[in-house]
Amino acid sequence: MESDRRNMRIFGWGVADGLVLLFALLPVLWIVSLSLKEPGDVTDGRVLPSTWSLDNYDAVFSQDIFTAALRNSFGIAAIATVIAVIVASMAAYAIARLNFPGKVLILGSALMIAMFPPISIVGPLYNMWRNLGLYDTWPGLIIPYLSFALPLAIYTLTTFFREIPWELEQAAQIDGATPFQAFTKVIVPLAAPGVATTSILVFIFCWNDFLFASALTSTSAAQTVPAALAQFPGASQFSAPYGSIAAAAVIVTIPIIILVLFFQRRIVAGLTAGAVKG
Amino acid sequence: MAEIVLDGVTKRYPDGTEAVKHLDLDIADGEFLILVGPSGCGKSTALRMIAGLEDISEGELKIGENVVNDKAPKDRDIAMVFQNYALYPHMTVRDNMGFALKLAGVPKDEINRKVEEAAKILDLEQHLDRKPANLSGGQRQRVAMGRAIVRDPAVFLMDEPLSNLDAKLRVQMRTEVSRIQSRTGTTTVYVTHDQTEAMTLGDRVAVMRLGELQQVGTPKELYENPVNLFVAGFIGSPAMNFFAATVDGGQVHLPIGDIELSDELRQRIQTRSSDSGSGSTLEVIAGIRPEDFEDAALVDRQHHPHGYEFDATIDLVESMGSEIYAYFAYEGEGASAEQIAELAQDAGTSEVPGADGQQVVARLNPDSTVARGERTRLWMDTTKLHLFDPRTGHSLTRPD
Repeated sequence: MESDRRNMRIFGWGVADGLVLLFALLPVLWIVSLSLKEPGDVTDGRVLPSTWSLDNYDAVFSQDIFTAALRNSFGIAAIATVIAVIVASMAAYAIARLNFPGKVLILGSALMIAMFPPISIVGPLYNMWRNLGLYDTWPGLIIPYLSFALPLAIYTLTTFFREIPWELEQAAQIDGATPFQAFTKVIVPLAAPGVATTSILVFIFCWNDFLFASALTSTSAAQTVPAALAQFPGASQFSAPYGSIAAAAVIVTIPIIILVLFFQRRIVAGLTAGAVKG
Repeated sequence: MAEIVLDGVTKRYPDGTEAVKHLDLDIADGEFLILVGPSGCGKSTALRMIAGLEDISEGELKIGENVVNDKAPKDRDIAMVFQNYALYPHMTVRDNMGFALKLAGVPKDEINRKVEEAAKILDLEQHLDRKPANLSGGQRQRVAMGRAIVRDPAVFLMDEPLSNLDAKLRVQMRTEVSRIQSRTGTTTVYVTHDQTEAMTLGDRVAVMRLGELQQVGTPKELYENPVNLFVAGFIGSPAMNFFAATVDGGQVHLPIGDIELSDELRQRIQTRSSDSGSGSTLEVIAGIRPEDFEDAALVDRQHHPHGYEFDATIDLVESMGSEIYAYFAYEGEGASAEQIAELAQDAGTSEVPGADGQQVVARLNPDSTVARGERTRLWMDTTKLHLFDPRTGHSLTRPD
């Protein structure tokens, strides 16, 4: 009886999970299928390609627009991540360890900035960047990314730093460490997982952005992949570039999937940081 | 090996509160000294000042020959065991224990030798390559001890090292700590709020209250001749019974009866009393330990001639096998003094209804046949009676 009921429950949850997965993955499946079709079959409406081909992938990589965009995406996301994490580490350390006036204000304004709708600053930024010469440059994207990634990073890191038992620093000092040794040999190794998780979250945030990238860039000088996708040319002037777009979309998704699979537990910890503690 | 001298050591916070007030303490080389007191009495702060984790606001601290007020913890040659062990979670047991030696630049094979030696003493050999997260509470505690031992420091500092263990393990580790200390002969300062630990471990015990040192002495001294109500009530388990009483000439009037004072005691009371001469009767608080009562039927009067017998109705009997605790109540007012209230608050009994001090505990021989609800004749050793001044809390009967 008892086990029957349990089996029923497992079955019920299984069905529910399956439905959610189907709902979420159907578009992904569709785009993977599209990317493997021949250009002529793209509009045939079949789930599985009638003829499998990697032509679209070949085409994508042979186009400068895509390889340049990939380079831009990696570069911009990496630089923004490094700066954001370094600055946020210092801020989070201070917030977690020290008592200073204005602490609440800093956290409050960080939250406010994180919640600010990006769409409302895109217009002004477009005009400002054109005047300042930042339009269509790497810094032109890195700066807005930083302003939105920093609050995210500060929040996540503060939670991680709060969980470090700081008595260890004292234990290390008693063990004969200088304050610097205590920091590098004890605190840094303990903070590293939190810093890594934060870096991944920030990187994904920058990597996925479409709004700023499409509004503030126009050429392969700074265009990231999400923005470049929208401007793919077709194989000929008269054919739609759906196949190539699909292939490119699959390619940019792969690093994210790998990151998430590898760091799944850490990312969950980072996303729920502050939900229970702090 | 080193002695520790605290000379007027004071900890004052920026807001003016004093956690430790003018602490004078000489800790001899190789001595095991216990700092004990209720939470917030400043004992941990005092220890952390010796460790160098807290600045000393005033006074002088010497370890060995050197004044170390301004020295960093690493230059004081001390090892400390923290309450929550403070093990490095990313290091194995071996690395945890060898960390200090590694920082000191000791060659690798010597570190290994010392760590393994300590692991042997602490029975940790098979856990050397595990991380602290995979150890039980008792094992973690031993690693923390090991980390202190391998360094062979001049001083061990221990901050409630056993308080996170369950009761049985705590008793076991208590003997372990004692064994290790006597084996290494290292000067040790041990902070605890547990008076049993204080009594069983220390060569000497220092009782602190509100940042002030109350009394330092051997466990026996503190137990038999407490200087004030606070020490009397804090040391000993079950705690000393207190009564409101009056001294009138050569007699003490207790709620359970009148007791004749010896000339010697009368003399002491007269010289010490704060309002001597204000009349012939003197308000005091009388204290008697549970074990100074006995079932009157079982007392050998030849060996214990100074006794007082009285009848009491037993409310409750707790038989522990080796002894019996008999509880009885008395008529009249309970003893009230600032220090008693403080003790009750620390023990949490101030919030228990009925625990208002009019209850008396007697510790009796297990052969006693006392039963609940019965009227029983009890005997009290009058030579063990303590009298205190209710205002200052000072003992009036303590020998000089």
